[in-house]
Amino acid sequence: MKEFALIFRLKDITDFKPSPEQMQERMNWLAGIAAQNKLADKGNTLLPLPGSAKVVKPGNIVTDGPYTEIKEFVSGYVVVRAESIDEAVELAKANPIFDQVGGNIEVREVLRRD
Amino acid sequence: MTAVLCRHFGLEHIEIAEDIASDTFLKASEHWALHGVPDNPTAWLYTVARNKAKDHLRHKKIAQVNAGGRAGTDVVFPGDDFEINDRIIADSQLAMIFAVCNPVNSPESQICLALQVLCGFSIEEIANAFLTNRETIKKRLQRARQHLRDNQFSLSALTPDHIQARQDAVLKTIYLLFNEGYFSRTNRAAIRKDLCSEAIRLALCLTESELTRTSQVYALLALMCYQSSRLEARINSEGELLLFDEQDKTQWDQQLIDRGNYYLVAATEGNELSKYHLEAAIAYWHTTDSKEKWSRILELYNQLVLIEYSPGTALGRAFAMSKVVGKEKVIAEVEKLRLEDNHNYYALLGYLYAEMDKEKAVRCYERAIDLASSEVERRVLTREAGRLRRSTE
Repeated sequence: MKEFALIFRLKDITDFKPSPEQMQERMNWLAGIAAQNKLADKGNTLLPLPGSAKVVKPGNIVTDGPYTEIKEFVSGYVVVRAESIDEAVELAKANPIFDQVGGNIEVREVLRRD
Repeated sequence: MTAVLCRHFGLEHIEIAEDIASDTFLKASEHWALHGVPDNPTAWLYTVARNKAKDHLRHKKIAQVNAGGRAGTDVVFPGDDFEINDRIIADSQLAMIFAVCNPVNSPESQICLALQVLCGFSIEEIANAFLTNRETIKKRLQRARQHLRDNQFSLSALTPDHIQARQDAVLKTIYLLFNEGYFSRTNRAAIRKDLCSEAIRLALCLTESELTRTSQVYALLALMCYQSSRLEARINSEGELLLFDEQDKTQWDQQLIDRGNYYLVAATEGNELSKYHLEAAIAYWHTTDSKEKWSRILELYNQLVLIEYSPGTALGRAFAMSKVVGKEKVIAEVEKLRLEDNHNYYALLGYLYAEMDKEKAVRCYERAIDLASSEVERRVLTREAGRLRRSTE
């Protein structure tokens, strides 16, 4: 079994706060992966809000948030267990985010440092 | 009593403690038959046990001195502080629970040991509960005791550190013991009830001490009370297991449900949310007829499966989901679980296919019957398969 990080990106900061129904759908999706025993790490949400997000650049330049220059921002990640990247992609495809608000999910194989 | 004596002898000498305890009860039965039951039978028993223990240690000391060894190296010599009171009895029982629920032993062995040492079951009774013979149980117990001895678990005093490190294992064993009763392989109601009530008794022991009275213990107690409330309703007059939908809800024991509610409230003081909290909350919603019941249960299962995966949780979640979104929509989700060695997996698929594709449903039930380990379960599955077959004819 390999591990894959699913990295969620959203386009609009207003999409970040889901409605209770959207939240429920996302939970169903996540728990559905856990129910197949394929959830390696339930991951975290990464807050994109002012005061919670900065970008540090060369020359001691610090800007607010990741969203001033790029349109998309990372909103969170989970790590799944799968035999192949194709299987991980299938898990990602079922995510309700596409029907809810758009955005995208980047699937990346995890190479452990240890 | 064995627990109190073990405090002095050390767990490695549990057999000596047990011999003294049974000698004491033998003496009691003789003495009380002749002279009547004393005013304070507990005190009487412990006085006799203490004297027997002192005798034993004195002999042991002499034997060791004769053999040139030093007294006290092997057995702790209690001297005059061999005191017995209610507090020590309660503490010793607690320490004994923590000693027996040791993950060095397999879950089955822990349950056997708990039944023998903590609940005073005979080997015969344990063999009946596990539907196996005395020899198997005897061997299993011998091995388990050897493991404990090799591990040198000290019974003297339970420290908060110790308790924290072991509490999980203790709760797990208690829950296993309960489930052994609840999902028992035997269809003898008396045995089942005994196991369940012993598990509840042990959990209650944990609530009696500041050190072990955690919100998880209360959550587990709530869970076991809710489950017990359905114990009678799960079995019909022929001793057959009934499915949830077939149960007569008026047979649910309201008193136990009330106790469950009480413990669940106690469990929510503080911020802890353990798997026992979630399972207790699921069991609570099962006792209600609320409209939001199944969606609440599904939410709780979602949280539970994120804390700890188990096939049972995955299947319970799928069943709840079928109640929320309908059977057809869940089938694809269930088939992804691929629990192909689990009879409950096929039983659930059989249930889900029942209206859509009867032949497929029957095949699922047949597979479940092949995989089921207990006669009780095979009977209920066979009944369902038969019902479906008749309706296709």
